[in-house]
Amino acid sequence: MEIFVCVKQVPDTETKIIPKSDGSFIEESQIKWIVNPYDEFAIEQALLIKALKPDTTTVTVIRVGQTRDSEALRNAMAMGADEAILVEANDNLDSLSVAQALKAAIEKSGKKPDLILTGKQAIDDDCLQVPQILAELLNMPSVSVAVAMEFQESQITVKREIEGGALEIYNCPLPAVISCNKGLNTPRYTSLPGILKAKKRPLTTLNLAELGVEAPKILYSNFKLPPEKPAGKKFMALEDKDITGAVQQVVQLLRTEAKVI
Amino acid sequence: MISFEYSQDQMAIREVALKFARKEMRPWTAHYDEAQEFPRPILQKAWEQGFLNTCIPEEFGGQSLETVTATLISECLAYGCLGMNTAIMANDLALLPIALGGSTEQKEKFLRPFTESYKIASFCLTEPDHGSNAAGIETTLEEKGDFLELTGNKMWITNAGVADLFVVYATINKDLGRKGITAVVVEADSSGISLGAKEKKMGHRCSDTRTVTFSKVKVSKANILRGIGQGWNLAMETLNHSRCLVASSAVGGAQAALDHAKNYAGQRLQFGRPIGEFQMIQAMLANMAMKIEASRLLVQKAAWLVDQKTPDPKICSMAKAFASDTCMEVATDAVQIFGGLGYGQEYPVEKIMRDAKLLQIYEGTSQIQRLVIAKEVLKQSDF
Repeated sequence: MEIFVCVKQVPDTETKIIPKSDGSFIEESQIKWIVNPYDEFAIEQALLIKALKPDTTTVTVIRVGQTRDSEALRNAMAMGADEAILVEANDNLDSLSVAQALKAAIEKSGKKPDLILTGKQAIDDDCLQVPQILAELLNMPSVSVAVAMEFQESQITVKREIEGGALEIYNCPLPAVISCNKGLNTPRYTSLPGILKAKKRPLTTLNLAELGVEAPKILYSNFKLPPEKPAGKKFMALEDKDITGAVQQVVQLLRTEAKVI
Repeated sequence: MISFEYSQDQMAIREVALKFARKEMRPWTAHYDEAQEFPRPILQKAWEQGFLNTCIPEEFGGQSLETVTATLISECLAYGCLGMNTAIMANDLALLPIALGGSTEQKEKFLRPFTESYKIASFCLTEPDHGSNAAGIETTLEEKGDFLELTGNKMWITNAGVADLFVVYATINKDLGRKGITAVVVEADSSGISLGAKEKKMGHRCSDTRTVTFSKVKVSKANILRGIGQGWNLAMETLNHSRCLVASSAVGGAQAALDHAKNYAGQRLQFGRPIGEFQMIQAMLANMAMKIEASRLLVQKAAWLVDQKTPDPKICSMAKAFASDTCMEVATDAVQIFGGLGYGQEYPVEKIMRDAKLLQIYEGTSQIQRLVIAKEVLKQSDF
């Protein structure tokens, strides 16, 4: 069985994001990069499924991005993934290009995918599109926001979280693309032996040109910080008789300043 | 010529060790300290991650880790909890003599089981009447034909109450002094071993420390490490490794204290400003940070020399003395920066201060380390 896991490397959640002076992207030099947290659930799920039939299951992790991303791939292999593929590209790709690159990399590997797992979204751009576009390009079904998964030989039962905490249950035939949400599992730590073995595992590097991926159709035009939030205003009503006056003030400001009524 | 950079593997190990320290150790450190309870579930997890028994070579199921990497792990786990890390380190203190001085059969027999499940080892040197004067130990090994008989009292033995294996230093003849000292491996279920009550200590309270009495314990001759009378030299060799481990745990403990203090100084307001803006606090933080950085570099150098197969006892002693003294100073300053809150048990720094004291005492007191250093300094030629 061939499982592919798509991972992205994103800035650590504590990072202070600073746009480049020309607005073309964000300053990358000071950033601490981590594996996209939602992708960790995908890697863990792949490893749990592999544990059912360890000798006949291969887990391959793929990442589209800059060379520094081999760290995310090494981490995944230290957790237990068997192989890794890095498609070298800069970070400013749109979701369609990323999905095209992933599709091309999967096809180039020569392995026929039985299951493709991803995180439900990347925490940097929050597009939530790549898994669905990838499925479309590969002509596979996809289910997003998976919080529970039961794997059978040729199909997968997925519980999908929707508003209000309700769950939709899908029986999805394989091959399929499933995007994973928090709560699906508890990602394991990389073990020390795992880390030491990871560098012996195969890591293939490809580029967009050799995969025939088109230039992105959507380009980021400008990155800037949102306007600074002004300090909140306090309206004091020390005695009951002052309350009406305070309310009038608030309503007035909501109308003229905040312009929400 | 020198690189101060960790390898990619070491960075990955550092990251997961710190993650473990923060998520698995930190939330429980106060509990096990207060309850004085052996933190078995956490140590079991640490074993599963591969953090324990870093001295075991690959041929016997281990990882053949470099000393620099082993000290890095020790630093990160001590950052989580000094007490738990002592229980972890004690395994290596006991297994190192086997890894360094054991025959292939002994390494296979005694080291491999530690790679197959979580087992605990205890290193027995100190006695009620012999601490710094380790050469004068009185525990005896008596020749009895096919086997040896072990008799004596050991004190301040870490992991004693939970050990599966003891590595014991004893003498075959007190009159021979150092030349009589012999190291033997003793299975914990041997008859004739009795344990004292668990010591109530200032710090490292989760660590199980007791006296161990050996009454005519039968020890197979196959359990002698390296040979009769070889114990002292084996102990000296072991110290080059173990002092690095203890020194790096001191760095980790000090770093934890600094991080707590630095964060507090940025938040605590007094006289209308965060106290971190006042120069006296800044001077303290700067001194703490300098000493930690210097300690870390000394430890790295000491460990690196061990890995180059040119261990330097002077540098190892310097690392141990400097780092443990630093840890005590930094922890004390951290409590000071926290002020009244630092004195209370709601905040983590008083525990680090209580834990730090032991680091200046065990594995060779700060005073003994200075004797070692001075002896080398007086011998050496000019710069």
